[in-house]
Amino acid sequence: MKSLAELQAIKDRMKDKVVLREGTDGIRVVVGMATCGIAAGARPVLNAFVEGVNNGGLAGKVSVSQTGCIGICQYEPVVEVFESGKDKVTYVKMTAEKAQEVVEKHLKGGNVVTEYTIGAYDA
Amino acid sequence: MKELSLNLLDVAENSVKAGATLTELLLTEEQNRLTMVIRDDGCGMSAETVAKVIDPFYTTRTTRKVGLGVPFLKMEAEQTGGSLTVSSTEASADPICHGTTLTAVFYTDHVDFTPLGDVISTVTTLIQGHPDTDFLFLHTTAKGEVRLATCGVRSLLGEDVCLGEYEVIKWIEAYLKEQYGDLQGI
Repeated sequence: MKSLAELQAIKDRMKDKVVLREGTDGIRVVVGMATCGIAAGARPVLNAFVEGVNNGGLAGKVSVSQTGCIGICQYEPVVEVFESGKDKVTYVKMTAEKAQEVVEKHLKGGNVVTEYTIGAYDA
Repeated sequence: MKELSLNLLDVAENSVKAGATLTELLLTEEQNRLTMVIRDDGCGMSAETVAKVIDPFYTTRTTRKVGLGVPFLKMEAEQTGGSLTVSSTEASADPICHGTTLTAVFYTDHVDFTPLGDVISTVTTLIQGHPDTDFLFLHTTAKGEVRLATCGVRSLLGEDVCLGEYEVIKWIEAYLKEQYGDLQGI
């Protein structure tokens, strides 16, 4: 049975982590979660990023958040990656599988997965 | 939408955008009827806006913020012989007791009933995205109920731990899974 004692244990573990986060110059992953995004499959994409970032040891470096309609509904699910000092990267028509690949190659490896970016579709 | 849980997520996002401090997601199953209630204490809407929310053609042209989400859900309810209603009280009309309640009724034995789908994922997605607002999730079936109130989790974790933390989200996911598992086992 999931117990409230487990929550207490999480609380205790988190005390140390809070200090680590401050001062890190992180990457922001933003998933569009309006009607258009949700209908196109944004929920599993978001979950894949959350899982990938945390299981890949990137939690201190990468944050995953949600936003509304980005304005390019035909390309949903849309994911934007912001990193200070670099251009924004916009991934389009995402799936959970593509998200895993972006975590590995881009967030971990530092290489943009160009074939999934909006530029690849516009060309 | 492929799952009603996605509509639940979509409509609940409107509640959060309306500035709700508490959004209630209530699913009640009685025989062949499923009632979905999404109730918030957000800023509310005027009677005029409520009328627009339900009409897709009127809505998309005038209040783009609201969009197609509610008409989609209305269609999915009505195609099972059910219904969708929205009632709302604006903050300007009642500064203390305001907000919006959406009620959708589905007949689950109808061939056009959209399956509920992954409700747990909807709850965890909402909390991950909006860790500072509270949600009450209550799914009542003939066999028992599944419940999660974020306010309880929040008070236990204290101010320093964000509800959006991965470990907290995983705990909530497992907590809900376990409750659904118990229902199956009965």
